[in-house]
Amino acid sequence: MTDQSHLFLHSQTAAAAGKKAKPAFQWSRLPNNLTGWLLSLPLTVVLFFFLVLPICMIVVVSFWRATEFSIYPAFQFDNYEFLLTSPVTYQVFWNTVKYALITWFFTLVIGFTVAYFLAFHVRSLTWQIVLFLLCTIPFWTSNIIRMISWIPFLGRNGIANSTLISMGVIDEPLEWLLFSDFSVILAFVHLYTLFMVVPIFNTMMRIDTSLIEAARDAGASGYQTLTNVIIPLTKPGIMIGSIFVVTLVMGDFITVRFMSGSQKANVGRLISNDIALLQYPSAAATAVILLITVLLVISVLLRFVDIRKEL
Amino acid sequence: MTDRLDKKGISRRSILKGGAAATGAALGSGAITGFPTIWAQNIKDVTLRQFGTGVSNLNEVAAKVKEDLGFTLEMTALDSDAVTQRAATQPDSFDIADIEYWICKKVWPTGNLQAMDTSKIKNYDKIVGIFRNGKLTPESTIAQGTAPHTVGFVEGVDGKTFVDNESGWMTLIPTIYNADTLGIRPDLIGRPISNWSELLNPEFKGKASILDISSIGIMDMAMVVESMGEYKYPDKGNMTKEEIDLTLGIFTEAKKNGQFRAFWKTFDESVNLMASGEVVIQSMWSPAITAVRSQGIPCVYQPLEEGYRSWGGGIGLSKSLSGLELDAAYEYINWYLDGWVGGFLMRQGYYSAVPETSKNFMSEDEWGFWFEGKAAEGDITNPFGTVMEKAGAVRDGGSFYDRMGAVACWNAVMDENQYMVRKWNEFIAS
Repeated sequence: MTDQSHLFLHSQTAAAAGKKAKPAFQWSRLPNNLTGWLLSLPLTVVLFFFLVLPICMIVVVSFWRATEFSIYPAFQFDNYEFLLTSPVTYQVFWNTVKYALITWFFTLVIGFTVAYFLAFHVRSLTWQIVLFLLCTIPFWTSNIIRMISWIPFLGRNGIANSTLISMGVIDEPLEWLLFSDFSVILAFVHLYTLFMVVPIFNTMMRIDTSLIEAARDAGASGYQTLTNVIIPLTKPGIMIGSIFVVTLVMGDFITVRFMSGSQKANVGRLISNDIALLQYPSAAATAVILLITVLLVISVLLRFVDIRKEL
Repeated sequence: MTDRLDKKGISRRSILKGGAAATGAALGSGAITGFPTIWAQNIKDVTLRQFGTGVSNLNEVAAKVKEDLGFTLEMTALDSDAVTQRAATQPDSFDIADIEYWICKKVWPTGNLQAMDTSKIKNYDKIVGIFRNGKLTPESTIAQGTAPHTVGFVEGVDGKTFVDNESGWMTLIPTIYNADTLGIRPDLIGRPISNWSELLNPEFKGKASILDISSIGIMDMAMVVESMGEYKYPDKGNMTKEEIDLTLGIFTEAKKNGQFRAFWKTFDESVNLMASGEVVIQSMWSPAITAVRSQGIPCVYQPLEEGYRSWGGGIGLSKSLSGLELDAAYEYINWYLDGWVGGFLMRQGYYSAVPETSKNFMSEDEWGFWFEGKAAEGDITNPFGTVMEKAGAVRDGGSFYDRMGAVACWNAVMDENQYMVRKWNEFIAS
């Protein structure tokens, strides 16, 4: 904090000196640590009102009671009790984690490969930019449209099944292609791989190519360069991408609803069902547990790499 | 500024038009009922905001209101859950709520709606008995569940509790209703279906579906459970915790055995499931059936031995309506029951609260087909001009009295609703 404020002060004085104008307000007269506080105030206020306060509200409401048409304050553990004693909750949380892990694995492998190709195989910057923009084209339409387009493709009488049947690979249509874990994860990977590509590509572009040359000069094989040089240096990108993907998947409920035909559920769906049925306190309790889970997952991820240091 | 000028222009034109339309209607049908009564100049400034489900919140209705009555009706179509949420939590965001009767039970106690004075409703006496005393005909029995007349009246304009007689203060003016049953694909099933229990028949493993709207779905489930002979409910519309466990238990087991292909929440999801052949038997709504058929795919709204599960919708007035807006709202309600909307809805397969006025806006053949259950003499088209049935076709389930007379239960909100909702959530997540 103090480092930053010094920097800021420095630039202020420089600018002031440049313009040869008398500064209206002498920052330097304020004690350093007060300046720091003042500078961070706007962000603190914004975060307080739009992040901390809503979360506190959710925590408070999670202890309330609800009827059909009202929620009223009554400190009680009923919502948590129902949630934590139902075997379905554990199954749903397990489902959520399962979707997150499998999606993370596939988006990482695909995202890393794509980023590697863009950063080290494509030589010219123009082509790198062109190909990178190409990756973003699917994102010009909405999530839901990209998701729904899978449904006629994977359906019982869909393109995938009819192609496989006409090729003689299968006799009966594959039922598990649609409305299954398979279709849910497929959609997740499709939707979120870009969130892995972007940060990994970004860190890879910052790797000094002379390091790779040095590795080659020192006799490292391609694989050794990858595991000893590139992967360690790409770690911050991987971590940021992982945080994106994991939190997105854990909070997403629309994809699960559409791609599983409402047959499967993750925590997000549980919450959205509750909200739809006006069970706000119960939804709040589920949201609190989900928040704790996501924070735990992220803190585990952050143990592997110090993002603040790497940035 | 431009906006205001614009509005003026539209309203002057529409008043002229409205006058012409009213005269035309009067000459044409001889059924003038006295509207409009408040041709004050300032009615042009009135905008009423209406929201409800997609079945009856149609732009055609808003356009016709502008034409006939001169004021603006803004329509917002939402799904059932969103409708409940909006009515319960955002009272200032609407003037007219087009909601279902079972939702009324959840929403009325919030105090966001005001009761309507039935003496101001010109066609009140012509509203079908189901909505006034529960009886379609004097000898019919009242079906289980949240029957509309049980939540239809309160003791006064500010009444909070429902009363069981025609008190003169109505919660909702009934507008649209129908008898629901299972939809099937006869070409993929290839044999007659006549019981609700077929939904869980292992023959249709992986090819069945049920809707994911708990208050409606639980009633479909109850029909199936009774049809299977597993249990006979004292009142399907008001289950005990044990009965809820039993019902959802049977369906959870079926779900684990892979009976269901998917669950649907919106109209078009059910259409896609059926049209693509993912599902051959499922809970369905009447217009969804027609949507499948209009794609050239055979689909039947199958009448079943155990009867129908019925629903009804009506329009309620926001608490905050008063003065000119309130007058305009009454004007709108009277216009609504006057037949044009009724005819529009009935030509889609729904029923109007006042069928006899709708008759004036339908051809004899249409009336015979939709209301009386007669064979169509010519092609039957929907209000949008699409041919729905060829000459000679007969409506599934027969006449109005055959269909509405065979209602076994109404969509319901139970005393144990919260428990049911939690258990339903578990069923979907299991």
